Amino acid sequence: MTVQELPGDAAYRPTPPPAWQPRTDPGPLLPDPEPYRVLGTDAAAAVDQELLLRLYAELVRGRRYNAQATALTKQGRLAVYPSSTGQEACEVAAAMALEERDWLFPSYRDTLAAVARGLDPVQALTLLRGDWHTGYDPHEHRIAPLCTPLATQLPHAVGLAHAARLKGDDVVALAMVGDGGTSEGDFHEALNFAAVWQAPAVFLVQNNGFAISVPLAKQTAAPSLAHKAVGYGMPGRLVDGNDAAAVHQVLTEAVERARRGGGPTLIEAVTYRMDAHTNADDATRYRGESEVDVWRAHDPILLLERELTRRGLLDDRVRNAAAEAAETMAAALREQMNADPVLDPMDLFTHVYAERTGQLREQAAQLTAELDAAADAEGEAR
Amino acid sequence: MTTAAAKPVTMAQALQRAMRDAMAEDPTVHVMGEDVGTLGGVFRVTDGLTKEFGEDRCTDTPLAEAGILGTAVGMAMYGLRPVVEMQFDAFAYPAFEQLISHVARMRNRTRGGMPLPLTIRVPYGGGIGGVEHHSDSSEAYYMATPGLHVVTPATVEDAYGMLRAAIASDDPVVFLEPKRLYWSKAQWSPDAPTAVEPIGRAVVRRPGRSATLITYGPSVPVCMEAAEAARAEGWDLEVVDLRSLVPFDDETVCASVRRTGRAVVVHESNGFGGPGGEIAARVTERCFHHLEAPVLRVAGFDIPYPPPMLEKHHLPGVDRVLDAVARLQWEAES
Ligand SMILES: Cc1ncc(C[n+]2csc(CCOP(=O)(O)OP(=O)(O)O)c2C)c(N)n1
Repeated sequence: MTVQELPGDAAYRPTPPPAWQPRTDPGPLLPDPEPYRVLGTDAAAAVDQELLLRLYAELVRGRRYNAQATALTKQGRLAVYPSSTGQEACEVAAAMALEERDWLFPSYRDTLAAVARGLDPVQALTLLRGDWHTGYDPHEHRIAPLCTPLATQLPHAVGLAHAARLKGDDVVALAMVGDGGTSEGDFHEALNFAAVWQAPAVFLVQNNGFAISVPLAKQTAAPSLAHKAVGYGMPGRLVDGNDAAAVHQVLTEAVERARRGGGPTLIEAVTYRMDAHTNADDATRYRGESEVDVWRAHDPILLLERELTRRGLLDDRVRNAAAEAAETMAAALREQMNADPVLDPMDLFTHVYAERTGQLREQAAQLTAELDAAADAEGEAR
Repeated sequence: MTTAAAKPVTMAQALQRAMRDAMAEDPTVHVMGEDVGTLGGVFRVTDGLTKEFGEDRCTDTPLAEAGILGTAVGMAMYGLRPVVEMQFDAFAYPAFEQLISHVARMRNRTRGGMPLPLTIRVPYGGGIGGVEHHSDSSEAYYMATPGLHVVTPATVEDAYGMLRAAIASDDPVVFLEPKRLYWSKAQWSPDAPTAVEPIGRAVVRRPGRSATLITYGPSVPVCMEAAEAARAEGWDLEVVDLRSLVPFDDETVCASVRRTGRAVVVHESNGFGGPGGEIAARVTERCFHHLEAPVLRVAGFDIPYPPPMLEKHHLPGVDRVLDAVARLQWEAES
């Protein structure tokens, strides 16, 4: 029936065919409006004390790592460092929610998650030192290369999780992204693919308030970033990103759900970037100290210390052990980063293709000749 | 096993057969893209693959090119060999970020730890009366990105052989399919496919002595026709089909130019910043003393691909090639 054939002035109101009905009841997918908390609530009592102590040691080590890496930029040992100070609870809990066979897809800020997952602290910094883009074999710890273009690692995580499921492996992929990254098209495409394929992927957005200088309010008009999940047909969870116990719990649930075949989850962890975007950024241009002070009182280490104290678990021995382990790590990092890496210029041509093309063979010969000439000249000068 | 006798087969059918055989041999080969499943692709190149191998092996994806290529990257990371179809040349552009920032450099950034065995099939080029965004020649963009192989078949045999090689390659391959040759036919027996030169080698399609036409993909038949026509003018033209733009086979190309002393590069993508400039420069650098005339280019105009009713004026045809050949009778200006 065409519109013209409609009787009289009856309004044209088609009855939606079944395919137009919502496929999923959005109610259960909606995040709670308040970020989920454990520390400082009754739920804290149920958290395993071993877990709390492990989280504590990792947070302290992580904070020290951030401080040491930032110091290395001042000495010119790192080209740049995007610190995750203030966000350690997200980093550490994310890594700890994964099993060994799972994969982590970090962004450039997530060195700490990679280190907490067992990656060598020096290898994690190769990208930022500048000797090679990825300093580790991704397969060894199942950590994808630290990703610099925003959100582009998210579809990789979905593809890997999908492939694992096709092969019958119960592997989960966890992908981390910043609040700014959620505006990128790849964020959308990754979430959509994950939901359509029911891929065992978990997306963790660290909403640290800013994308370089741009605050969240200029990034999105959504009620929260977790709310975006509903549109894709996956659950959204909102969690206090400074509450290590809460982040660990929410992530563990999402990972387990994915492993069981329950599909993907989008988690927004509300946290705060205490340092500037990187050492090269001047944060005073876009935010005031009073704002930072509010978050200082909500520091992830402080929150955890309070709970440990309440339970009588935080004595000098625990404090000192954590501080000492962190100091040992920092000293080793300092020492190793102070040695100049030994680089082979011919590596430039080694990993472009499985086999060198004719063009690359010619160019390698050219560089060899240049290096030989330079060595000869140096020999003569001596 | 009975061997099917040779019969007329289209390039599209040979490509389909290549994917089918690769999937049958290797369970890690997965085909994915828009409409590749039930429909068999808008050009029917993936026809029947879902029926034979199931939706997990030949998958209709959501409509999102970056998502298709980005998820394929993750699948390749986990040991699969995805074969991705981009529906049309100009619709691959949303995936360029993934292509350039990740596909092309994953092997390099991980020091060889994470190679990506990925094939990206792109129907490309004009001559089929397509509306805007359905006729781009995008090869120069791909060529400009180290880490990618860029290949394009011009014959039915090559379509099969090169796609098999692309899928088997441990490097990402951008596999450009000349749309207007999809329906070109050859006598071919699918059960006993002819061996073809491996990827990276050019082929002399027609030997000649007086000048070389360097070409690839959709312009190969144009050059073959031009070579026939030029005989009347006393020209004995050699036609080199590059097959692979990256890696570039300097050896075959330069051997030919040294023999003939003259060269014209022919392609339909625009000339300025196009592949022909690179090729002409390479030939000049390597064969200068053998050249009797400058290396000339016959290319599409430097315009956005024109509307279908005008494309015949844009695409380099036989006459333009012959005009260029005539100009090879070079006389230095006094
Ligand atoms: C595609 C892309 N565009 C721009 C940049 C430059 N850039 C680097 S970090 C950044 C801000 C990202 O903010 P957010 O996603 O919130 O993560 P955060 O840095 O806060 O962890 C920008 C714009 C980039 N890396 N990638």
